[in-house]
Amino acid sequence: MKFTGKVWKFGADIDTDAIIPARYLNTSDPEELAKHCMEDADPEFVNKVSPGDIILADKNFGCGSSREHAPISIKGAKVSCVVAKSFARIFYRNSFNMGLPIFESEEAYDKCDEGDVIEVDADNGVIRNITKGIEFNVAPIPPFMQQLIEDGGLMAHIEKRGK
Amino acid sequence: MGMTISEKILAKHAGVKSVEPGEIISVKVDIALGNDITAPIAIKEFKRAGAQKVFDKGRVALVPDHFAPNKDIASAEQCKILRDFAKEQDIENYFETGEMGVEHALLPEQGIVTPGDVIIGADSHTCTYGALGAFSTGVGSTDLAAAMVTGETWFKVPESMKFVYTGTLPKWVDGKDLILYTIGKIGVDGALYRSMEFTGPVIDSLPMDDRFTMANMAIEAGGKNGIIAPDAITKTYVEGRMKRPPVYYSSDADAVYSEVIEIDCSSLSPQVAFPHLPSNTRAVEEAGNVAIDQVVIGSCTNGRISDLRKAAAVLKGKKVAKYLRLIVIPATQQIYRQAMEEGLFEIFLDAGAAISTPTCGPCLGGHTGILAAGERSLATTNRNFVGRMGSPDSEVYLASPAVAAATAVKGVIASPEEVA
Repeated sequence: MKFTGKVWKFGADIDTDAIIPARYLNTSDPEELAKHCMEDADPEFVNKVSPGDIILADKNFGCGSSREHAPISIKGAKVSCVVAKSFARIFYRNSFNMGLPIFESEEAYDKCDEGDVIEVDADNGVIRNITKGIEFNVAPIPPFMQQLIEDGGLMAHIEKRGK
Repeated sequence: MGMTISEKILAKHAGVKSVEPGEIISVKVDIALGNDITAPIAIKEFKRAGAQKVFDKGRVALVPDHFAPNKDIASAEQCKILRDFAKEQDIENYFETGEMGVEHALLPEQGIVTPGDVIIGADSHTCTYGALGAFSTGVGSTDLAAAMVTGETWFKVPESMKFVYTGTLPKWVDGKDLILYTIGKIGVDGALYRSMEFTGPVIDSLPMDDRFTMANMAIEAGGKNGIIAPDAITKTYVEGRMKRPPVYYSSDADAVYSEVIEIDCSSLSPQVAFPHLPSNTRAVEEAGNVAIDQVVIGSCTNGRISDLRKAAAVLKGKKVAKYLRLIVIPATQQIYRQAMEEGLFEIFLDAGAAISTPTCGPCLGGHTGILAAGERSLATTNRNFVGRMGSPDSEVYLASPAVAAATAVKGVIASPEEVA
């Protein structure tokens, strides 16, 4: 797994209401949800982001509600992956379950600026800041989560391996 | 080595003698819950996987409570997906508008969730049932779909944090204040991935409704679950109510905790969480002069009968401040009826409050009390994120029912001491 894209930075404790406000939760259509991705954190985000771009956040990204609409809207907005210092647990779980790649890195947030182009090289556990020519470690994905990804998400995992 | 109550429940449901923090386990699920926001995605995934039948039609609960009674056409379509699926699968725990209540008040009241259970719900406040001594946690829609198919889910066994509440609770300080103070102390990720176990002499005498309030907000500290070991108070609540026999667990004396936090409650004041995080708390007397446009009393956090009684005690014989809207939402039909029969509705109506049918409504900015730009609400709900109750330029303050009632009378954030 390798993702290259431009960085959009967000602060600490970005909650799921900021990622996809509840006023849009009367649908679960990914295209509809994508139109409002990150709206209450940055109303202009959907107009600025390009396919493949990367969200880079401080600690506790995705805190709050269990709405899977949050990772769905991010994926729908064609963001390739999210890197954060840490993730709230339900968001973390949801992302693996429905196939949004997410990575934990303590350093990346502190050492990258918005607009930098970075490459997340999950296979080698490295994030390279191409703009600045520096690199840092990414926390390895736990083996069980790796298996979920390889199987294509939770439902595919269950179908493949039974209960 | 001893185990915590959470570890014991998980071990039992994994069919093993013991578990340790960090272990990945597969556990049997006693109840799997979804609502009108989250279940439609789960049902879609369920069908896409080619599943025919849910694992047990008595162990799936579907509660259309968020945007119900249907607030618009799109919400009506979402609720219809639940209704159609409930009919098709003959789901026993489906609650139509008219019998529906806010899910986390409804399921314990109806005896659907039981001490000793493992419960997952596609709603983050599923942690509420930990108040009964169950392991209960929020998940996403796909996890719910998987559990509806297999009757199982996977967990990483969490480390446990022990909170010891000592001293005695001052007047006007209740479970809401304890949990707000705790979140203020440890932060919104202070318990990330961990179990929060609430203990101590204050908890030992804390009424059941307050315990639900505390466990309900464990997620606001990032906790995987909040839990209180069952005792005589739990057993009194449970007796004659539960559909399945309860199993009572408690932590071993030599159980291992990643952290023990002691909180002396004797000098606590009622708490208010300022925008835009539940951890942004301060004592009500330090709130300053904050004018409020709307007060909401209700939700899965504070919509139970004792919450309404506390609010009514402050509101009795008083009037809501001019230009302030007070919205009272009993969390279930049973609570609604009880409040009516106890004469609480008369107090609310005399004060100038609007009383709503049970719904999550304004808590998540759905309906029945949405804020305009620049408006402020003080609510007994659980989240005060940007835009939570309406406009991204509005503000939400979180507090107990007593503080909410006092604020409704004064028009500014106020202590019940100033009003009663």
